[in-house]
Amino acid sequence: MNNPYRPYPVVIDDIIVETDDKNLRTYHLKFLNPEDERAFQFLPGQFAEISVPGQGEIPIGIASSPTEKGFLKFTINKVGKVTTYLHNARPGEVIGVRGPLGKPYPWDKLEGSNVVIIGGGFAFTTLRSSLVYMLHPDNRSLFGDITVVYGARNPGLLLYKDELFEWEKRDDVTLHITVDATDDPNWKYNVGFVPAITKEKAPSSENAYAIVCGPPIMIKFTLPVLTDLGFPPDRIITSLEMRMKCGIGMCGRCNIGTEYVCKDGPVFTFEQLSRLPNEY
Amino acid sequence: MKRLVLTKDELTAWVRRMTEGVRVFAPVAVGDYDEFRLVDSDQADLIRWSYQNTRLSPKGLFHPQAERMFKFSTSKEDPEWNILKEVPKDFSPRVIVGMRPCDAAALKIMDVNFDTPEYKDPWWVRRREATTIVGLACTSPSSTCFCTSVNSGPFDTKGLDVLLVPLGDGRFLLDVVSERGEELCQQFGPGGKEADSEAIATYEGLKKKAEAALVPIGDLSPLKERDMLEFFNSPIWDEVQFACINCGVCTYLCPTCWCFDIQDEVYESEGCRLRLWDSCMFPLFTLHGSGHNPRAEKLQRVRQRFMHKLKYYVDKYGQGVACVGCGRCVQFCPVNIDIREVIRLMLVQCECAV
Repeated sequence: MNNPYRPYPVVIDDIIVETDDKNLRTYHLKFLNPEDERAFQFLPGQFAEISVPGQGEIPIGIASSPTEKGFLKFTINKVGKVTTYLHNARPGEVIGVRGPLGKPYPWDKLEGSNVVIIGGGFAFTTLRSSLVYMLHPDNRSLFGDITVVYGARNPGLLLYKDELFEWEKRDDVTLHITVDATDDPNWKYNVGFVPAITKEKAPSSENAYAIVCGPPIMIKFTLPVLTDLGFPPDRIITSLEMRMKCGIGMCGRCNIGTEYVCKDGPVFTFEQLSRLPNEY
Repeated sequence: MKRLVLTKDELTAWVRRMTEGVRVFAPVAVGDYDEFRLVDSDQADLIRWSYQNTRLSPKGLFHPQAERMFKFSTSKEDPEWNILKEVPKDFSPRVIVGMRPCDAAALKIMDVNFDTPEYKDPWWVRRREATTIVGLACTSPSSTCFCTSVNSGPFDTKGLDVLLVPLGDGRFLLDVVSERGEELCQQFGPGGKEADSEAIATYEGLKKKAEAALVPIGDLSPLKERDMLEFFNSPIWDEVQFACINCGVCTYLCPTCWCFDIQDEVYESEGCRLRLWDSCMFPLFTLHGSGHNPRAEKLQRVRQRFMHKLKYYVDKYGQGVACVGCGRCVQFCPVNIDIREVIRLMLVQCECAV
């Protein structure tokens, strides 16, 4: 019987320091067994349990795209026991990955639509996965206009900076990079909070879905902006975080009412959330 | 299926024959309470056929309070450094005798959590597959019992393979209620003799009497019909949670509470991943790494426990409440929180809200 608690062994292949405060690092993980890599079929929006033997497991969104082969990418904030251990780890260390877990963004609905991505801070991981996935030459024609608003507190806290600045130059995606504030005189992008920049750029809601991931305060002020732009709640999608253990809907802690965030989520529309208890 | 009548000696002899072929678990006295233990042939006559109920439910035989999942080496010199390997376990055939019908029904309630179309918990599923259950009917339910109000009953056979009914004169009626029970009786002949009409009449009489002794709570259909948020936002939780000290005893004793934690332990370079019962009564159960806690308040945790059993489970799986009326939480709550009273409050709340 397949054991859903057993992680696939992986080796840390590369570690990239993402932010100036060094609190976010991106890990490139390679499967030790090719058959495990073949079994790990995912779509953007799903997550995995990173398993560090002796430390524990943590649920982390998959930041690489299924179109990127040969490795998995996770961007990890230094928060607790497992993440602190990982921040001190070196390439070559063997750890585990369990997944893919949870439901991805609703790609069957997103195909054929315009897609507006709104991200804040370090919640850009599965959004990066989505963007790389949509911009892949095999997939780009499946989607209409792609608009991105991505902000961080200051330029040093933006994730995936090299890619961002490359995407910003492309003509098949409209990217609005913003920071809350900066003292960099050469900063050539936006300055302002994500909700304000979203309002200013006013992406059309026609035949569009919005995916919003970020800190609760950003989401709180972005929702009314999207509503004013004409996005109905069932077309505003988000991804939630919760303390998790099993990741497969059995251990009981990550529920919001009837829904387990690990198995029934982590992707929900605001229409779905409006029918659930406000306990997340 | 077949119905037999056995004397107590014949019953003990039957269990003894089983112990020679398979593992047998049965209720035995441990100090001043009863507990399910592995029994060998010498212990077959120690089995308690008249216990009220075990303090801990037998859920631990399928979902142990603490169990090793994986082992690993944390030594970098080990060629299998940090690779998790399943800890071998005994999944050989076994029989649990003397389980109360409510506790057996509880296993059915937990099956939908551990044995799902998407994922199968390998330990739960294999233990369920390896187990035949011989139940023991309740002829004199406790004052805290309410099984008939929650889709079960003192003679409920839905979680059982064989039902034993103490006839009150030292004899037992043996009722084979599943194919698995039939196979058990073929493998280990129970002896005894065919139940005559008098024994069956006694059985029916005892069943009616036991059912009549249980006080009904009322019609639970509003739990299904009313909206989740109506219950969630109800003012009753303030009253329900007032005395609670979040000790978690209700969740540990409950035969349908399945929540667990996963932890790693390392001694020198030998590591082990364990799973342990956990409880929604504890703040750590839901505490995020960031410090945020969606159920930081006692009220939220108490509400979660009752809402999970009486509403979320009902809505998610469509097979009634996740409670079998065993009454353990009522008996052992140190501040006298009574789930029957909570159900009544939820139902009354519904009537007023119209």
